Amino acid sequence: MRDVLYLAWRYLVYHRLKTAILVTSIMLIIYLPIGLNVVVEQSATQLTARAGATPLLVGAKGSPLELTLNSLYFSPEYPELIDYSAATMVADSGLADAIPLYVRFRSRSHPIVGTSLDYFSFHDLSFAAGRPMALLGECVVGATVAESLGVKPGDAVISSSETVFDLAGVYPLKMKVAGVLARTFTPDDDAIFVDVKTAWIIEGLGHGHQDLARPEAAPRVLSRSEENIVANASVVQYNEITEDNVDSFHFHGDLAGYPLTAVLAVPRDEKSGVILRGRYTDDDATSQIVRPVTVIDELLDTILTIQQFIIAAVIIAGSATIATAALVFMLSLRLRQREIDTMLKIGGSRARVASMLLAEVVIVVILSSSLAAVLTLLTWRFGPGIIESFVLT
Amino acid sequence: MIEIGGLRFSYDEGDFSLEIPELKVAHGETVAIVGPSGSGKTTLLNLIAGTAVPQSGQVTTNGYEISRQHDAARRDFRITNIGMVFQEFELLEYLNVLDNILLPYRINRTLQLDASVRARAEAIAERVGIGDKLSRYADQLSQGEKQRVAVIRALVVQPPLLLADEPTGNLDPLNKDRVLDILLQYATDNAATLITVTHDHDILHRFQRVIDFKDFYAHGAEQFAEDIAGPM
Repeated sequence: MRDVLYLAWRYLVYHRLKTAILVTSIMLIIYLPIGLNVVVEQSATQLTARAGATPLLVGAKGSPLELTLNSLYFSPEYPELIDYSAATMVADSGLADAIPLYVRFRSRSHPIVGTSLDYFSFHDLSFAAGRPMALLGECVVGATVAESLGVKPGDAVISSSETVFDLAGVYPLKMKVAGVLARTFTPDDDAIFVDVKTAWIIEGLGHGHQDLARPEAAPRVLSRSEENIVANASVVQYNEITEDNVDSFHFHGDLAGYPLTAVLAVPRDEKSGVILRGRYTDDDATSQIVRPVTVIDELLDTILTIQQFIIAAVIIAGSATIATAALVFMLSLRLRQREIDTMLKIGGSRARVASMLLAEVVIVVILSSSLAAVLTLLTWRFGPGIIESFVLT
Repeated sequence: MIEIGGLRFSYDEGDFSLEIPELKVAHGETVAIVGPSGSGKTTLLNLIAGTAVPQSGQVTTNGYEISRQHDAARRDFRITNIGMVFQEFELLEYLNVLDNILLPYRINRTLQLDASVRARAEAIAERVGIGDKLSRYADQLSQGEKQRVAVIRALVVQPPLLLADEPTGNLDPLNKDRVLDILLQYATDNAATLITVTHDHDILHRFQRVIDFKDFYAHGAEQFAEDIAGPM
């Protein structure tokens, strides 16, 4: 047996290009349906788990999927905005606790999630280091963020500008890291959490600047009345909130009209949830309430349908590839007839020569299967990352 | 060593037929077979080797009636008792020189490959001047080197009988002599029988006996039998 395997191996090594093409083709035939199945299974598990843990979402009328993906998985596309009053309305109903969500800004590729401290207790998040944010301008980072940016409590992260050309828009805000969350293997690992007011400051809805009542600001003051001071554009605005300047930060207008992307509603009980959902059934309403698990189930149904089509296509392509491989093998036998004749002439046994040819096929199949198994393992290991890359962005 | 009696052979297709009433080749004898193309020289080698089986008559090699054995037994006998050399060398392109030499040990379980066999293969290769080319592949060798590798493959099992089908047909004069030297030296050293089919009349003087198949057609089967019956 050892001699048969040796001869087969020498043949495959000598014709390494042909072998590599055969191995790759068969490996893909095996891997594609299995790998696809693993990805879909993992995405189903991951998506369903997160959605199942989130009872209700209130957001602007529009795509329920966009609302769900942004609120649960912090996808970059954000839904139409709603007013903060939507959160107040849910809380005031007495039917559910309201957790505001403003998921619009980013620090590099990491989403900045404007929310309240209730978010941490609702998702049962614990701290690997530090504490929750307590002041404006403080943030809590997920485990992946801490790892990739190399930050710890006391360090700082900077929000990214929304657009370089929007001079009146979002300016980078330097945020102090107050704590690092323990790893949860959910999108929370990749997020930076701030108080929703800090998110509004990032947007420029709240700001801090030097005190115009002080004498050193006089050159910048254009006019002064009892209620109002008008200054020119040279007034120094702060892009970092510190203990020294935190008191200068303020918001203009009514906070009830400030924007949110969603409100996470946690009903007190099932009945409260049903009643709350009933309040958003009006066709004329500007907001909607969705059950994330229903939205994700619909998404998975679509993915499963696509998966069926892909698997059918792979089976057809696979059959064609196997038929081609068989043809290549048969043609190869014809080309090798002289070699086979030589071995038989000098006294080689038919069984050994046939075994050698069979061993070549078996080695190719084993190599292909092994590589497919390795790829499947890698897919299983890095599946969540792949899902995030392809499904959520 | 070889005894053929009442042999009749023809292929399934075509009108070729070979009749040999009697042929004897003594132990240790070196014989050259010459004759026109298509006269049956190579067929005779195949019948002696057992790769072809006569319709009637018997072929006995080294006391073993090979023509009456079944296919597997003939193969086992051939790989241990007969070394075969071909005009086209018939080396396997995907094996290096050493693996080509050791091929008989890998394609029939009757032979066992061990360290002594490897050492013997390397020693013969060294002796015939290709000891430094054992890791090369066939396409990296000259014609003469290829035939030397093919000859060592035939010698490595130390067979009592060598069958060579035009072993010098594709070689220049220098390599022709070299290959013949190796074959004849082996036959002398090991008292082995050597039967060579050739078209090259310049080398006939180096053999103890020459069988000319032209006589078969000139004098008929009975006279041919007398001519080739050989010493007893």
